[in-house]
Amino acid sequence: MDAFTTHTGTAAPLRRTNVDTDQIIPAEYLKRITRTGFEDGLFIAWRTNEPDFVLNRPEYANASILVAGPDFGTGSSREHANWALLDGGFRVVISPRFADIFRNNSTKAGLLTVVLPEADVEALWNAIEADPALPVTVDLQAEQVTYSPGGGRSTTVPFQIDPYTRWRLLEGLDDVGLTERHLDDVEAFETARPAWLPRALPAV
Amino acid sequence: MPKTLAEKVYDAHVVRSAAGEPDLLYIDLHLVHEVTSPQAFDGLRAAGRTVRRPDLTMATEDHNVPTLDILAPIADPVSRAQVEALRRNTAEFGIRLAPMGDRDQGIVHVIGPQLGLTQPGMTIVCGDSHTSTHGAFGALAFGIGTSEVEHVLATQTLPQYKPKQMAVTVDGELPPGVSAKDVILAVIAQIGTGGGQGYVIEYRGSAIEKLSMEARMTICNMSIEAGAKAGLIAPDQTTFDFLRGRPHAPQGADWDAAVAHWSTLRTDEDAVFDAEVHLDATALTPFVTWGTNPGQGLPIDARVPDPAEFADEGDRRAAEQALEYMGLTPGTPLREIEVDTVFLGSCTNGRIEDLRVAAELLRGRRIDADTRMLVVPGSVAVKAQAETEGLDRVFTEAGAEWRGAGCSMCLGMNPDQLAPGERSASTSNRNFQGRQGKGGRTHLVSPAVAAATALTGRLTAPADLIGV
Repeated sequence: MDAFTTHTGTAAPLRRTNVDTDQIIPAEYLKRITRTGFEDGLFIAWRTNEPDFVLNRPEYANASILVAGPDFGTGSSREHANWALLDGGFRVVISPRFADIFRNNSTKAGLLTVVLPEADVEALWNAIEADPALPVTVDLQAEQVTYSPGGGRSTTVPFQIDPYTRWRLLEGLDDVGLTERHLDDVEAFETARPAWLPRALPAV
Repeated sequence: MPKTLAEKVYDAHVVRSAAGEPDLLYIDLHLVHEVTSPQAFDGLRAAGRTVRRPDLTMATEDHNVPTLDILAPIADPVSRAQVEALRRNTAEFGIRLAPMGDRDQGIVHVIGPQLGLTQPGMTIVCGDSHTSTHGAFGALAFGIGTSEVEHVLATQTLPQYKPKQMAVTVDGELPPGVSAKDVILAVIAQIGTGGGQGYVIEYRGSAIEKLSMEARMTICNMSIEAGAKAGLIAPDQTTFDFLRGRPHAPQGADWDAAVAHWSTLRTDEDAVFDAEVHLDATALTPFVTWGTNPGQGLPIDARVPDPAEFADEGDRRAAEQALEYMGLTPGTPLREIEVDTVFLGSCTNGRIEDLRVAAELLRGRRIDADTRMLVVPGSVAVKAQAETEGLDRVFTEAGAEWRGAGCSMCLGMNPDQLAPGERSASTSNRNFQGRQGKGGRTHLVSPAVAAATALTGRLTAPADLIGV
């Protein structure tokens, strides 16, 4: 996983609530067994059927921050949704509320999810709609989003993230490697498990 | 300190707890299917790791499998390659696989309980959001992404934070024709698709206690549709009776020890929930969805809502977009909505009891001439049981199609899909845009409403059939 410290880029306004992972990438793209190359499926139905869809507009074509309405990433647990966003050039998604599994998957895949209050998302939407080229900075170290609407005074919005996840993202650390430091504890736990718990393999 | 059921299960599985870090939670059972696992196995190989507990891991083929010609090679080369990857991976790492054609094959959330692998008090994960189904047994069961699948394969643990606790209490007697599916659709409509975020939901109350295990699974299955991490129900005699004698259930003295432990798995009297929701079962009616997320549902007696009536701007915009996609006009009675296809199946409603309810309504009748009905059992064992009971003939004589087991049209990764613009009444769990096929329009319903709808070609409550 790539480390995430701070990112500056342009942002795309996705004024929709309940963006489920079937919309982020439909099931037919999930038949692949690779971990990269999912950008062709990203929001494919909306890109195909809606000429005005925000990511079809040239001014947002290079956006690397997605700003969405509440309940982003609901539904299926498919991490392909997170991979598709990364493959499609996004490093950050901002929303007032994320579905738990999507948010959790993001922390494993290196996509930063930032929760901001609805009013701040609305203000950011207005700013990037007025000026699609507006640079937006998401600073994980400082836990803040910064932009200067209309070239005027800078707006800074703080966000919160749990300190452990923040540390992992800043360092780009792999969870499995961290857990392997505690395999002694796992072994000790296993010796105390009741014998009647099921095993999937038939008894030999 | 008094604890909820979910807290008891969680606390009993904490391997390690340290300030400022997530807990390390032990996983008792890891269920695997072909879609969310190939990249995880690749990750293991790339890092030179192995599967720590293949004996606590079970795989099956469900999402991609065709429901016709099930013994022939899969025609779609991409689907076939994915299924073949699972066969290679499970063989390489020594994991039991129930492949197509095997008597234990089926939807991953149907076969776990059926084999008795799902038991009270366990932690169960799968790279699939409907893992919450297994909570019906009083297990803490939740869906994970592919990176976490890799983590569990490698370590049999997951880093976790203890979720918040929500109680959904349903008291009273369900009216005739109203089922578990209607209960959970009503819950989701009430709390919203994000209402459960960060929570584990415990379903309780007299209406829940009376439900069969199949019905409890339907309710827990759709916890994720309310945004919850998991949903569970305290194990009781109904649970024990379901499990007794199943292939992986404890036997003899082990059974007694297990039941003694399972009987302690109840929320303490004075335990405190972070949130509480109450529903009156007696006031419930058959529920159907009109929109493109599972929270957009209403009693079947209602009309398609007018977006202008939504106070919240986001909800209003979402309703407008949903109605446009669904091709619906505000004010239309839900009962006047005509469907092209009825799908009976999925991890939500593909178990034997679901098929029995639908068959009872179809017995001796013919489905509407312009409507097709697909009946897809949740597993090979459910299919066999239904055939033993003669349900397959009831369905085919009514004009429905009797298929092989799998996820099928719930998400259309196999050839069972809606055509663009086609409308379904579906017993599955998601009415998202394009979920059942590009441009397809889905109304979520119970098995009874599905069968009644197949008979008339319009959204229909079972009670409407009296005298028909």
